[in-house]
Amino acid sequence: MSAVVSLANVHKSFGSVEVLKGVTFDVGPGEVAAVIGASGSGKSTALRCINALETINSGEIVVCGHKVHDHTLEKRALRRDVGIVFQSYNLFPHLTVAQNIMLAPMSVKRMSKADARALAESVLARVGLAEKADNYPEQLSGGQQQRVAIARSLAMQPKLMLFDEVTSALDPQLTGEVLKVMEDLARGGMSMILVTHEMAFARKVAGKVIFMHHGKVWEVGPGAMLDDPKTPELKAFLNSGL
Amino acid sequence: MSYTFDFGALLPFWPVFLEGAWLTLKLSALATVFGFVLGTLCAIGRADGPQWVRLLVASYVEVIRNTPFLVQIFLVYFGFAMLGLKVSANTAAVAALVVNVGAYTCEIVRAGLESIHKSQVEAAECLGLTRPQIYWHVIVRPAIERVYPALTSQYVLLMLASSITSLISAEELTAVANRIQSETFRSFETYIVTGVIYIGLSFLVRGAFSLFALVIFPRRRKLGTAI
Amino acid sequence: MPLSLTHLEFIAFGALWTVGLSAIAFVGGALVGFLLALARISPSAIVRRTASVYIQIVQGTPLLVTLFLFYFGLALVGFESVPAIMAAGLGLIIYSSAFLAEIWRGCLESVPKPQWEAAECLALTRWQRMTRVILPQAMRIATAPTVGFLVQIVKNTSLASVVGFVELTQAGKIVNNSIFEPFTVFIVVAFFYFIICFPLSVWSRSLERKLNVGRR
Repeated sequence: MSAVVSLANVHKSFGSVEVLKGVTFDVGPGEVAAVIGASGSGKSTALRCINALETINSGEIVVCGHKVHDHTLEKRALRRDVGIVFQSYNLFPHLTVAQNIMLAPMSVKRMSKADARALAESVLARVGLAEKADNYPEQLSGGQQQRVAIARSLAMQPKLMLFDEVTSALDPQLTGEVLKVMEDLARGGMSMILVTHEMAFARKVAGKVIFMHHGKVWEVGPGAMLDDPKTPELKAFLNSGL
Repeated sequence: MSYTFDFGALLPFWPVFLEGAWLTLKLSALATVFGFVLGTLCAIGRADGPQWVRLLVASYVEVIRNTPFLVQIFLVYFGFAMLGLKVSANTAAVAALVVNVGAYTCEIVRAGLESIHKSQVEAAECLGLTRPQIYWHVIVRPAIERVYPALTSQYVLLMLASSITSLISAEELTAVANRIQSETFRSFETYIVTGVIYIGLSFLVRGAFSLFALVIFPRRRKLGTAI
Repeated sequence: MPLSLTHLEFIAFGALWTVGLSAIAFVGGALVGFLLALARISPSAIVRRTASVYIQIVQGTPLLVTLFLFYFGLALVGFESVPAIMAAGLGLIIYSSAFLAEIWRGCLESVPKPQWEAAECLALTRWQRMTRVILPQAMRIATAPTVGFLVQIVKNTSLASVVGFVELTQAGKIVNNSIFEPFTVFIVVAFFYFIICFPLSVWSRSLERKLNVGRR
């Protein structure tokens, strides 16, 4: 069973600051991996490297068969297989919700407008926002916008979904609706990597929890690991309530 | 001061005034369209092109912004003659207007392009769109919407500046006014009326741009807010 | 017939007149424009409206038409032969005053509201409030766009050639009438305008940058 994502000894520096100091982990098909750690531990950077939003200095990253560490990689081919959702949703403000979702299928997969619209409606129904298809992002709450962002990525039928602290910018009462969508996705067998601060969610949904500390993978284990941390650093992190 | 105003002497010339106004509008409309295309291409070139393109566009913009339009018109007019091309005064006028407004459009659109947040482009890249697709759907369209008021003001100024083309004998409102005042000797009245017509045209052009915005920016039409 | 040194000197002399006319237009326009800007923020609605109407009329009319109006108009009203500099100067002063008024009104209004309130609470008279608190701050904000508008004034003096005033553009036309090399002559003319305007443009932009740094 080959991994969907495998990182091997990845190093990444921004200028003179080394942020990733030899990161190694795997995520298998259908697996949900939660990456946790303090700010500055390198978790968001690692996620961005997986999707080639940052280039690594050394090491290997293979994602869905694409060699991401290869500088000659055709990025668009990689991104057809990987969907990513950002902390600040990044919806296109001048397009309606449906148009936001239809843009990529029509432009990249050359889908007809009618087919794209049907796809948009079905994927919106999956995230529970079918009736908002013709609204503009600014008319939606933060939680709704984030769900639209998830739908937008899902419409391209990726093999892997990445979530970069997607609930961190939301009011607490809105995180629930987003987490529910993510849980449904997980149950449906999607391979997912989520950088998150939601410990309860990670405990419940993640098959693998990866704790990062100072740019390295410090502890890896099943969700239960959070109840029984082995390393003092993870203990300290969990106690600090971050 | 023993001057008696006689606007009545101008009454028979009403159709001539209107024709002049219409010519001004036509000239301005042509120059607006081509100037906008030129300016937008320059703005994209300056934002995203190779070093030599950026330098060329920057020089073009600086030269236009630091020399008078009158001198630019003369250079375009005599430039055509030098190249051996026989063009009508109106064609030269449109060419000069396009070159002039292209530079100002470039600066306005460039500010709009720079206001698009990097994260928008990132999101589009992650959806797999090509660079040209990203430019059109995610960068240029919202940028134009954002700078639309500035563009409108610029094109109203263009319409007013078209009066200068009368000095190379282009056919437009000021040229018409000059002829009328030389026939009637009612210079004061003629130029007052001309001024009033230009003010009216300014309102007309602004109104047209507002209506156009409602057509091409459905978001604005439905929500009534700026991006 | 090529462009000789004498011709260049003549054109350069025209450039000096351009600078002179620009100065007249700026000083005159600044005086009138300042009063207009104050009128635009006056508590009296009539004063505000009148100033507004004046500004809209001047801004909505092409400068060329305004110049013709003054040139021919003054002659008809009884001034027998209007010296070109007077028609040009007056026209440019009217033009500058309207635009400067709008620029400065914007600067006055962008002085933060709390400043106006604080000045009021110190029981200063309106005059004291303006001169001690508001104007100094507004002037700081106004420097960049005012210098930027100076470039516009210089460029617009080219229209004075139409009423026969021998500034830079007219000097070019005169030289061209004797040597018939229009393209060369006007490239030289453009060059002179450029060396007057470009430093002002650069200065205006650097002022703007400094201002934004200070306000972050």
